[in-house]
Amino acid sequence: MLTRILSGDMPRSRALSLVLLVIFLCLAFAPFLFPGTRSLETAARISVFIALAASYDLMLGYAGIVSFAHTMFFGMGAYGVALACENMERGFLPVVVGTLAGALLAAAVALVIGLFSLRVRAIFFAMITLAVASAVAVLVSQLSAITGGEDGLSFSIPRELTPAFRFAEGKLLGASLNGKLLNYYLVFGGSLVIFLGLLRVVNSPFGRVLQAIRENDFRAEAIGYRVVAFRTLATCLSAACAALAGSLFAIWLRYVGPGTAMGFEIMIDVLLMVVIGGMGTLYGAAIGATLLVLAQTYLQEVMAGAAETTAGLPLLPDLLNPDRWLLWLGLLFIASIYFFPSGVVGRLRQARRPAGRT
Amino acid sequence: MTDPVLETKGLTIRFGGHVAVDHVSCAFGAGELTAIVGPNGAGKTTYFNLISGQLPATEGQVLLEGRDVTRASASTRTHLGLGRAFQLTNLFPSLTVRENVRLVAQSKARKGFDMFSMASRHPELIEAADHALERVRLTRLADQTVSALSHGDQRKLEVALLIALQPRVYMFDEPTAGMSMDEAPVVLDLIAELKAEGGHAILLVEHKMDVIRTLADRIIVLHNGALAADGEPAEVMASAVVQEAYLGKEIADV
Repeated sequence: MLTRILSGDMPRSRALSLVLLVIFLCLAFAPFLFPGTRSLETAARISVFIALAASYDLMLGYAGIVSFAHTMFFGMGAYGVALACENMERGFLPVVVGTLAGALLAAAVALVIGLFSLRVRAIFFAMITLAVASAVAVLVSQLSAITGGEDGLSFSIPRELTPAFRFAEGKLLGASLNGKLLNYYLVFGGSLVIFLGLLRVVNSPFGRVLQAIRENDFRAEAIGYRVVAFRTLATCLSAACAALAGSLFAIWLRYVGPGTAMGFEIMIDVLLMVVIGGMGTLYGAAIGATLLVLAQTYLQEVMAGAAETTAGLPLLPDLLNPDRWLLWLGLLFIASIYFFPSGVVGRLRQARRPAGRT
Repeated sequence: MTDPVLETKGLTIRFGGHVAVDHVSCAFGAGELTAIVGPNGAGKTTYFNLISGQLPATEGQVLLEGRDVTRASASTRTHLGLGRAFQLTNLFPSLTVRENVRLVAQSKARKGFDMFSMASRHPELIEAADHALERVRLTRLADQTVSALSHGDQRKLEVALLIALQPRVYMFDEPTAGMSMDEAPVVLDLIAELKAEGGHAILLVEHKMDVIRTLADRIIVLHNGALAADGEPAEVMASAVVQEAYLGKEIADV
């Protein structure tokens, strides 16, 4: 049963299974384990970014395609929901319409970019995606009449998904039984479905072909696989999943703006999540996303605490000042890539490999 | 002779002013093993690349079972029955040996676009892969990654990929190059078996004359990209063209 759900892709390491189980349980019961707005925000963010990083890993880690347009696809999903909710009557219909429209648009744009540039060298594709993503980001911030420009759009989602809607009296384990809770489970469930769907795809015959193409595209073509078609399809699928993740994020935030859904910083974040967690394994994307979001959210606080406890010592409190958090985040990344070149997952799997087997 | 399985008509490729393959017309029948010989740089591998679609022809045609495939992609030609092994080992290095062959079986079964089933739930593809590995005596290494294999074993795997493809035309480009004396027979015996099966055309680029003598039904000689000789092995080997191509004109004259 579990094998089927995970598409036969078992973690293959006790430590890794444990880490994944902890992440899953913490996210699944986040509203009850960590009551409070901020921790719920973080949990929702982690869920969405796991789906987003996993969809990026399908391209980068499995198909070996470097793209810088992934946030653009994420943004298409987010803006799709925002624009539909803004322009249609409040209810579930605009949410569904916006989500589908965003995913379709993302897949269509990916198809066009892919057909134009995937048959040539990889670097060319990367540059095209960068150019298109920059152009779209500028467009989004300039077309303020439609997209709200730099301010973004705040929109209303169905009442059933807001804190104003209470479906039961009282509290359960410290969590209010309101629409916010339902909204969280929509985000969590949606992300889980995207993740498990991608897990199936990478372990399907199609996923195996992608790995073959990553290894040796010349030979993949020679044994009868049309490389361009496979790469393009992988790009479209990855884009559509990113858009779905974007829609979930927009529904959760009830807001979209260039900073939350289009910014290049998000692209860098996603890239780091995949690399830190371990390319070519979706579990890596999940771990990377969790680590990065946690670090971004809580590192400042940890540092503030550390600075306080070391207040009497020379230099240390200055170094540990919360304002320096980006410095420490950067150092953490460098260290993690230096010590885990194959990502956290690669490291954990290596640890249990019996001697003598390669 | 029955209809040829593979035929090239005036096949030519130019790189700028250099004509690498020069109007080569040749037909290859079923059950026939043709050795392609010629000095280094004569255009043997380029001729192979034109046939299997890795390079586009400047002029001429490639016909596969009477069908013009000159403009078809390499993958299309593979599905139409053209199987090509490469001179420099050209595999999927970080995948396992079995997975390398399984990918070929999967391509043959046209299941590459199936993204909803688990690849491990297609036992017939795994069986096909294991069968091909058995024929090249690589079964015991099936779970190794390719990069851990010796050169000789990688060459055998290269042949196994072709076996799994079950093509109409087998194209071997120096299949035993760099293999040790005790490894080469595995591959050569296998080629002899394929020949005995009949039904397919086998093209073999080879330098070792003793191999050619035992296996080939026919030899074609390429020299400076052009077809210099075509005929029975004994007759071709004795001819002046071969002597000249291999030994140089001066010595042949002596």
